[in-house]
Amino acid sequence: MKAFLGSIVAGLLLALPLAAQAGNVTVKGSDTMVILGQRWAEEFMKKTPGTKVQVTGGGSGVGLAALQNGTTEIAMSSREMKDAEKTKLRTRYNTTGVEIPVAKDGVTFYVSESNPISALTVEQLRGIYVGDITNWKQVGGADAPIIIYSRENSSGTYVFVKDHVLDGEDYVASAQTLPGTAAVVNAVSKEKNSIGYGGAAYAKGIKELKIKKGNEEVAPSAENIKTGKYPLSRDLYFYLRNKPSGDAKTFIDFALSPEGQAVVTKVGYFPVK
Amino acid sequence: MEQGLSQPLVAPSLSPAARRRQLREKVIAGLITLMAFTGIAALILIIIFVAKEALGLFLDAEARHEASLSKMFLAQDVPAGRPAFRWQPVSKVPKVSMIPLFVGTLKTTVVSMLVAVPLGVFGALFAAEFAPRRLRELLKPVIELLAGIPSVVLGFFALMVMSTVVKDVFHFDRPLNAMLAGLGLALAIVPVIFTVSEDALTAVPRSYREASLALGATPWETAWKVVLPAAAPGILAACVLGFGRAIGETMIVLMASGNADVISWSLGDSARSLSATIAAEMGEVVVGSPHYSLLFFIGVQLFLFTFVLNLMASTWTRRVVRKLTGGAA
Repeated sequence: MKAFLGSIVAGLLLALPLAAQAGNVTVKGSDTMVILGQRWAEEFMKKTPGTKVQVTGGGSGVGLAALQNGTTEIAMSSREMKDAEKTKLRTRYNTTGVEIPVAKDGVTFYVSESNPISALTVEQLRGIYVGDITNWKQVGGADAPIIIYSRENSSGTYVFVKDHVLDGEDYVASAQTLPGTAAVVNAVSKEKNSIGYGGAAYAKGIKELKIKKGNEEVAPSAENIKTGKYPLSRDLYFYLRNKPSGDAKTFIDFALSPEGQAVVTKVGYFPVK
Repeated sequence: MEQGLSQPLVAPSLSPAARRRQLREKVIAGLITLMAFTGIAALILIIIFVAKEALGLFLDAEARHEASLSKMFLAQDVPAGRPAFRWQPVSKVPKVSMIPLFVGTLKTTVVSMLVAVPLGVFGALFAAEFAPRRLRELLKPVIELLAGIPSVVLGFFALMVMSTVVKDVFHFDRPLNAMLAGLGLALAIVPVIFTVSEDALTAVPRSYREASLALGATPWETAWKVVLPAAAPGILAACVLGFGRAIGETMIVLMASGNADVISWSLGDSARSLSATIAAEMGEVVVGSPHYSLLFFIGVQLFLFTFVLNLMASTWTRRVVRKLTGGAA
């Protein structure tokens, strides 16, 4: 009987999101962008009462899959759409999708505040993450093993670092993966010999590494990311099936307006315009 | 009654009230049957769905090349100094070895069972045999409440509170390791093992205990040599339930183990489990890709593991019951 009641309650809980689907615009996808999307939706709904915008997370892949299934209007993604996903869209809707960069994000490497190192070259970061460099003293730090934190296998951030820092090589096997940037930040703040990476948006209570280029050290600041001087910045995208129209268009126009881009800065990312 | 045989049998005519009652009985029986079959149908549909998604591995040419069985279970040719078994499905050359995942799952599960089985079973023995009634009334609900804590909370607790303690006590290099994940898992399965064991122990007939005590056994001998063996099938079922929970538990391992795909038997190293792999990668994976099918294939494997384990446990239980009852059951 208890199990039976439990299943009924669970059923009701599962039905809740279905019941709540009165939104005019649905936005789904990247966990990196969820907070940003929700802030945009809040501001937008304040300005245009009567239009509902529904933002949910789940991951870039989930958002793009929902776009193919027709269960969302806008997909948020922290990586570019893959060819396989484009093919799916083409066979189902006869479109290749529309890609709109809506914000910029700098991928930052973090170390503990007590770590004497404050800047590394991209080559050194690569050495650490593919397993050629295993001790801090090899890059001028203390004599201690490097504890490496990374993100799970298919997150947009993971793929970005793999392509732009590791030149497509594999991460070392001892790299510990954690779900989400917040978890990485937390783990790095607690372990003095560790290194981790993630979006610049969440970096609180730890030290952000500068990137050494020649004899110059570039910090992941808003200015450097906007000008492209900081080498590890990426775009964050909205994807749609067709050219935006109606409420979706109004919402995207708002996100790209100066007001919407101010929200981007507030959340901790960088404006695309 | 005798004359009934000479006459043709006629159903006794029912009063309308009785007929209504009969109809209601039928409807209720039908409803219950329907619910039972809904459950079975749901299970079958889930199995079909998971198997269908996993089948892509063997039907799709691209997937067959990228994730063949040999690539999953045998050592691969790699440049010198790099490990031969890797789980790196997102890569120029996808590496899909299941071996690190098996090792990781085994490590965390074994640690949790070594901690949770003694705690759960002896706790239950204490509660059922030795605890004064008032204490027992308090103990049971408290442990059952523990079972109600969501695993996310336990995982968070392991990550935030236990990690530093475990690292300092065992002098590990890493705060996140197989030991921590195993201990976190133990928190989740102790209540399961305790509750089921306790029920099995209290279900042992009083006459066994009385006979044992009458023959001059001490309470401890009675509990250890009479009650515990008599409840053995139930306790084994408890352990199997706990094991199933441990092997399938996702959130705790995901948060506490570090998820590195290393092959090492050291508990201070990280471990990546099968279930945590599914949870970590399903959100971002390209739907329909070989990687996606692989994740479902991992699900099929988990299902098979628990299925075989339950099968073994139930045959063993039957054997034990037969031994105890002298073949009467």
